[in-house]
Amino acid sequence: MRPFAYERAGNAPSAVRAAGDPSQLPPTLAPTQFLAGGTTMLDLMKLDTMRPERLIDIRDLRAAYGAIEVTPAGLRLGALVTMAELGEHAEVRRAYPVIAHTMHLAASAQIRNMASLGGNVLQRSRCSYFRNGDWAACNKRQPGSGCAAIGGLNRKHAVLGVGDQCISAYPGDFAQALVALDAEVELLGAAGARRLRFAELHTGPQRPELETVLAPGELITGFLVPAGPWTRRSLYVKVRDRDSYAYAVASAAVALDLDGDTVRGARIGLGGVAYRPWRAREAEDLLAGKPLTEASAEAAARAAFAGAVTHGENDFKPELGRRTLVRALLQAKALEA
Amino acid sequence: MAETIRELSGPPTTRIDGRLKVTGEALYGTDFAPGDPAWAFLKTSAIGRGRITAIDEAAAREVPGVLEILTFRNVGDRIKPGKIFAEGGYMGTSLAPLASDAVAYAGQIVAVVVAETFEAAREAAHRLEITYAAEQPSAGFGAAGVETKRANPPETASLEKGEDPRVGDFDGAFAGAAVRIDAEYATPTQHHNPIELFGSTAAWRDGKLTIWESSQNVWGFKNGLAEQLSISPDDVHIISPYIGGAFGSRGSLSQHTALVAHAARLVRRPVKLVATRDQGFSIVTYRAETRHRVRLGATRDGRLAALSHEGWEVTSRPDDYKVSGTDTTTRMYACQNIDSKVWIVNADRNTPGFMRSPPEVPYVFALECAMDELAYALEMDPVRLRLANDTMVEPIRGLPYTSRNLAACFEAASEKFGWARRSPAPRSIRDGDWLVGWGTATALYPTNVAPAAVRVRLAPNGTATVESAVHEIGTGVRTAMAIIASQELGLPVDRIAVAVGDTDLPPAPVAGGSNTTASICSAIAKACGEIRERLARTAVLDRESPLHGADAAVLELRDGSLVAPDNRHEALEHVVQRVAPGVVEAYVENVPVGAKAESAQGLYRGVPGLAGGAKLKDRIQFAFGAQFVEVHVHARTGEIRAPRAVGAYSFGRVVNPLAAKSQLMGGQIWGISAALHEATEIDRRVARYYNDDLAEYLIPVNADITEIETLILPERDTQVPLGIKGVGELGNVGLNAAVANAVFHATGVRVRELPIRMEKLLGALTA
Repeated sequence: MRPFAYERAGNAPSAVRAAGDPSQLPPTLAPTQFLAGGTTMLDLMKLDTMRPERLIDIRDLRAAYGAIEVTPAGLRLGALVTMAELGEHAEVRRAYPVIAHTMHLAASAQIRNMASLGGNVLQRSRCSYFRNGDWAACNKRQPGSGCAAIGGLNRKHAVLGVGDQCISAYPGDFAQALVALDAEVELLGAAGARRLRFAELHTGPQRPELETVLAPGELITGFLVPAGPWTRRSLYVKVRDRDSYAYAVASAAVALDLDGDTVRGARIGLGGVAYRPWRAREAEDLLAGKPLTEASAEAAARAAFAGAVTHGENDFKPELGRRTLVRALLQAKALEA
Repeated sequence: MAETIRELSGPPTTRIDGRLKVTGEALYGTDFAPGDPAWAFLKTSAIGRGRITAIDEAAAREVPGVLEILTFRNVGDRIKPGKIFAEGGYMGTSLAPLASDAVAYAGQIVAVVVAETFEAAREAAHRLEITYAAEQPSAGFGAAGVETKRANPPETASLEKGEDPRVGDFDGAFAGAAVRIDAEYATPTQHHNPIELFGSTAAWRDGKLTIWESSQNVWGFKNGLAEQLSISPDDVHIISPYIGGAFGSRGSLSQHTALVAHAARLVRRPVKLVATRDQGFSIVTYRAETRHRVRLGATRDGRLAALSHEGWEVTSRPDDYKVSGTDTTTRMYACQNIDSKVWIVNADRNTPGFMRSPPEVPYVFALECAMDELAYALEMDPVRLRLANDTMVEPIRGLPYTSRNLAACFEAASEKFGWARRSPAPRSIRDGDWLVGWGTATALYPTNVAPAAVRVRLAPNGTATVESAVHEIGTGVRTAMAIIASQELGLPVDRIAVAVGDTDLPPAPVAGGSNTTASICSAIAKACGEIRERLARTAVLDRESPLHGADAAVLELRDGSLVAPDNRHEALEHVVQRVAPGVVEAYVENVPVGAKAESAQGLYRGVPGLAGGAKLKDRIQFAFGAQFVEVHVHARTGEIRAPRAVGAYSFGRVVNPLAAKSQLMGGQIWGISAALHEATEIDRRVARYYNDDLAEYLIPVNADITEIETLILPERDTQVPLGIKGVGELGNVGLNAAVANAVFHATGVRVRELPIRMEKLLGALTA
């Protein structure tokens, strides 16, 4: 860890002003970083992987961005809501179970008490080749240096949406639910406020060091999750090596609108297997209008992983990912909604 | 020798230091910060083999508060190398720290930055630029450039020393056996990861060195550091009152200790180091990965006719460290034709070392999986197969076990587990979406006893102090010592004060080989016996005493008095004063039967000889247990959970049933962990560990451990001192095999390589 200046922002405009440094570097590389729960930022600073010169603490902005609102139109979630708060929210648990699942199946109670929703979706890669600077090759840490995971240890790495530059898996859970439910993300930057489809927030592996389309100094202020007939019959299946406090080896966020056994609409997000939060549209399209059976679920899962690219240790992931999705679909179908 | 055993199971006693521990008042090795210490931070090598070609300290030196930077350029030969522990020395590695520009393994210490604060030292270490000329390292098994050799060269292997145990004609018996198993197994690198991080604090005063460091071998550290720093052992004081986990990792000296001492000498003030979690993966020892080939031949009715166990172990280039677990696996079952061999593979790695049940965890895994395979080949119940090969005489030299209660352990644990309800066919039990499997294995551990010294003082007010430099590695040794002293002196446990973990106290052996309880309790009993004898002799000769004229030999210490069989008695406050004003004290160096007489001197050199296991001349000493476990495997996605384990264990006399149960239960949980989770992954291209933190090196969390049953079967063993065999390591032996066997029962997939993960089962799951 290197010395840094610490400032507390009293309101959102001053936070954005403070972060607007002249370097105009993208947020992952900028010398000024926002600090909320700190569960990723401080970790990476201690590892010397992130070296910000200035941290803008935004926790005082909770008055503006710390609320959970449930309306007929959907959910509005402030970016400074903690994971614990969202996971314990009674109405979210009842009407949007997949979102509550992605909270309490993630991390540990201590981390959920600290971590904010805005920071959660920006959690950086768990790839050790990225986190530890003693590894020579990591395009995410050192653009142009290569990818040690290709040809190296990659059991936890992605098989969907990967490229030659980076195969790390997006590590979070919440984002799979957001991408499945067509959520939007609210941003505030020097150019003012804007709203973006959440699915467009994260970028692909061509430039692994970037990770999002956030503009320099731009702040996530909230999320909008539209209501719909599918949210009640929704869940998150997280397949992992132990029963708590572990990243997904494969996961599936599923929301179904059923007419009897027939799928009126399916929404699917996949985790642990993809470079970024992953919407499985091919699978959704295959399911739409048809009875949901083991066979149709398997066909959908095959479609979801049709483009999978594996790298040795993670050769099992398309199969595990398919099974995880089939399991999630059949479990969602069995729910009383 | 036939020991008189007071009682088979002592009073269940809560820890006398429990309150200090849970309130944070107990000070662990890295808690001490004497005299405004400077802080050290380690820099470790980024390459797996090669040389340092340049060190640029400029940016690091500019960090405010930096006091000193140690590299090979200013340390060199100032710290001497020493022999590794396994070869009679004190070290975890024979490589002296910062001795040259050579890099022997990834994560080797290449610099120590000392600064006013931890933060400044860390920042400067991060800014220190080291340039390397990297060479291609050999990571381990199958890598180009490794050297593979017999651990015991055939021409010099000595059966007398327990090397490569063999008997009869294995080849002939195996060829002629009705049923044969021939299988290969593998276990991964594992790291101890005690929750207390590795570290050390050093202070010099008038040429004398004090070290605060969690150590399970304080007298070894004292002597080893003296050797490294070329000073007298009399000038080294090690303080280690509480240890936040050790499991073998703190038994030998790691490179950082002498470096911190050297740094403190250079900056002329105390220096404190707390290494990071990831550094803990490369600066201390670890459990080496192993490979095995086991061949079993049996009669149709399940009697072993032939048993061969071959093992391969990875070690470093300079040190031929090995655990040679065939010493144990050839002693488990009756069999007339046995062969065993061990190979070591020298690779570009740090030197491995002891980790709880060092030989037994990997080697018993291989044999007990093979036994399960044999049971299926025979269509025989796995418990019945083991009982059919139970024996009271070990097969290699025909020696009796001091005691062996394996059959009773299987009976008690299988009853508790409900084993009789098992349906033997794989995939025959299901609970909703989960396949259910049951597995079993034998646990055993060659327990030891060693010389130990102790000072016992009895005060007239009916209190006593017991002092010895044994180690509280979490097992509750203070309480065990208080219980024995209480029984021998006839005082309540809460009247006994105990001091441990300090080289100013009488020397005691390394906490290893499950020896401590037997060793220290024997010494305490002897010291208390001397005190009783002195009190008795004085009292019977003293006309003033109510015991005058009684037979000194039959007087007992009981309820705060010295008591005669005819109930004449005298309170301690009077009888102690008759012997000496103040307190009566006994200092005892106990050398147990089986240990060499000169081993008492070894205590003071920090190298006491352990006696026990299969090394004894006329008998062998093992503790036994039976492991049962239930696993659930998701029928579709293959996650593996172990919600239930039952074990029954017999290890002689039980000094404190509460502590013994905790110790065993921790072992059971660790066994599940070793089977399903623990593996340090290495990037073979560069011989560097990948998952070097606790987010990626998994161990079970509370959610994974649902039901653990721990049954203790107290056992009368008159052949070991005080009847105590030792229970430290037994609990985690064999459970890894029981889990693998349960996974086979659940899924029909025989996983012979640990850890068992979902991807190894996925292909066979069709749901």
